[in-house]
Amino acid sequence: MKGILRSMGVTFSAFLRKPVTRPYPDIHKKLPETGRAFPILLWDQSHTEPYCTGCHACERACPVECMSVIMKDNPNHINNGGTSKRKKIIDKFWIDYARCMRCNICVEACNFEAIAMNNTWSGHETSVYDRKDLIMDLPQLLAQHRSGNIDEWVTS
Amino acid sequence: MTDIKKEIETQEILVNMGPQHPSTHGVFRMVLSIDGELITDLTAHIGYLHRGAEKLCETMDYRQGIGFMDRTEYLANFNAELSYVMAVEKLMNMEIPERAQWIRMILVELNRLSSHFMFVGAFGVDCGVFGTPFLYSFRERERLIDLFEEITGDRMMYAFFRAGGLAWDVPVNFESRVEEVLLSSEQGIKDMDGLLTQNEIFLARTKQIGKIDAIDAIDWGMSGPSLRASGVDYDIRKAEPYLFYDQIDFDVITGKNGDVFDRYFVRLQEMRESIKIIKQCLKHLNPGKTLAEGASRNLRTPPGEVYIRTEAPRGEYGIYLVSNGENRPYRLKIRSAGFSNLQALKDMVVGSYIADAVVILGSIDIVLGEVDR
Repeated sequence: MKGILRSMGVTFSAFLRKPVTRPYPDIHKKLPETGRAFPILLWDQSHTEPYCTGCHACERACPVECMSVIMKDNPNHINNGGTSKRKKIIDKFWIDYARCMRCNICVEACNFEAIAMNNTWSGHETSVYDRKDLIMDLPQLLAQHRSGNIDEWVTS
Repeated sequence: MTDIKKEIETQEILVNMGPQHPSTHGVFRMVLSIDGELITDLTAHIGYLHRGAEKLCETMDYRQGIGFMDRTEYLANFNAELSYVMAVEKLMNMEIPERAQWIRMILVELNRLSSHFMFVGAFGVDCGVFGTPFLYSFRERERLIDLFEEITGDRMMYAFFRAGGLAWDVPVNFESRVEEVLLSSEQGIKDMDGLLTQNEIFLARTKQIGKIDAIDAIDWGMSGPSLRASGVDYDIRKAEPYLFYDQIDFDVITGKNGDVFDRYFVRLQEMRESIKIIKQCLKHLNPGKTLAEGASRNLRTPPGEVYIRTEAPRGEYGIYLVSNGENRPYRLKIRSAGFSNLQALKDMVVGSYIADAVVILGSIDIVLGEVDR
């Protein structure tokens, strides 16, 4: 009987404490800047082109092979009358978010700091009706940083 | 008595428990043959969660394999990563920076706390105390997981340890945050203690049930808290110190009877020891590097083989690694504590009532991810 009363004492003291839950869809927890949702590509505002040169480093480092990269010659290169120093640039890029296991290895492998893990809530709340829609193409991957809606945190 | 037995003729029947049963902690199937309420035989079927993690790691380089270690032991990810990373380091003969070692120790012990909180909560549900301990322990576990998220960026699959150190340094407010979380964890342990340890109903459910003596436990190859509950004073942190456990003062908790209650109580006291360890580790934390000099992105180990074992929350988590000089393991074998502890289940369960089977299974604290790999 004593033990049971003691247990009930604990429940009663917990009843008096502050609640720890929050009404989730209305109030979001503040995410840490190290947060890792899905990888996105970064946008070089000064040359209006992606940082990514399509060097395949992330594709080769990916443990689950969720990326496909195709590169092309940069039409914006200085030799072609442009402003950029990048000889090659990304042409097509797909990341299959359904396969990605968010291990951060692509960010570590990248030599141009062109890829980063999305640390905002929009990265965590990716949801679609069809699994095919989780295969993101280049404009979708660039959209978030292009609109400036990310505090990037690159490890190196 | 004999007359009653003659009158009531009982028949053995087979009962399938699992794989889709809420109290089998994952996808585990027990085929129980029962005589009335008594269990006369048990056949355990495992392998429903087999993903071939060992074979997968043989196709990946050493850094890529770290992510898969998380997925084998998904309640104590840091401990699983630690074994794997230490095996690679031993093959490479690497010198690990001191700061990285201390941070590893803190994280591993914090992970032990969160794993044991999970155990206490789930075990309470197994005993029929629905809700209260589960929610209370999850409240505390959530605080620990929030801390892990701040450090590593992910709530469960950290992939934070690297061969040679850590992926990146911990945030600046690491020490104060750890102390803050430890304070709430201490309160959480006190809550759990008050809720369960002296509760008469809980004691009736757990005392003298699922007993296994020390000799049997050793013969079955049990390890960790489940072994220590039988009174065997064996902890790899003391027996074969790795990291800096030899510089730390802590006790190895042992039980007496080897019953379900002891397995619960050993874990509860172990959580207090973990807090003690973390507090001592925080004093040794000095600024410095967190990644060793020679740790390149694509490691190429010299040929050889190595076996590393560490004390994970469930017991000995060992990694046997064979290298033939490539940048990936030639063979990787995971010795998981849950798999070996589960073998003793038949010894514990046979002869007890069917309602106790769930409690006994819960007390071994299996994680099917590491049993099936």
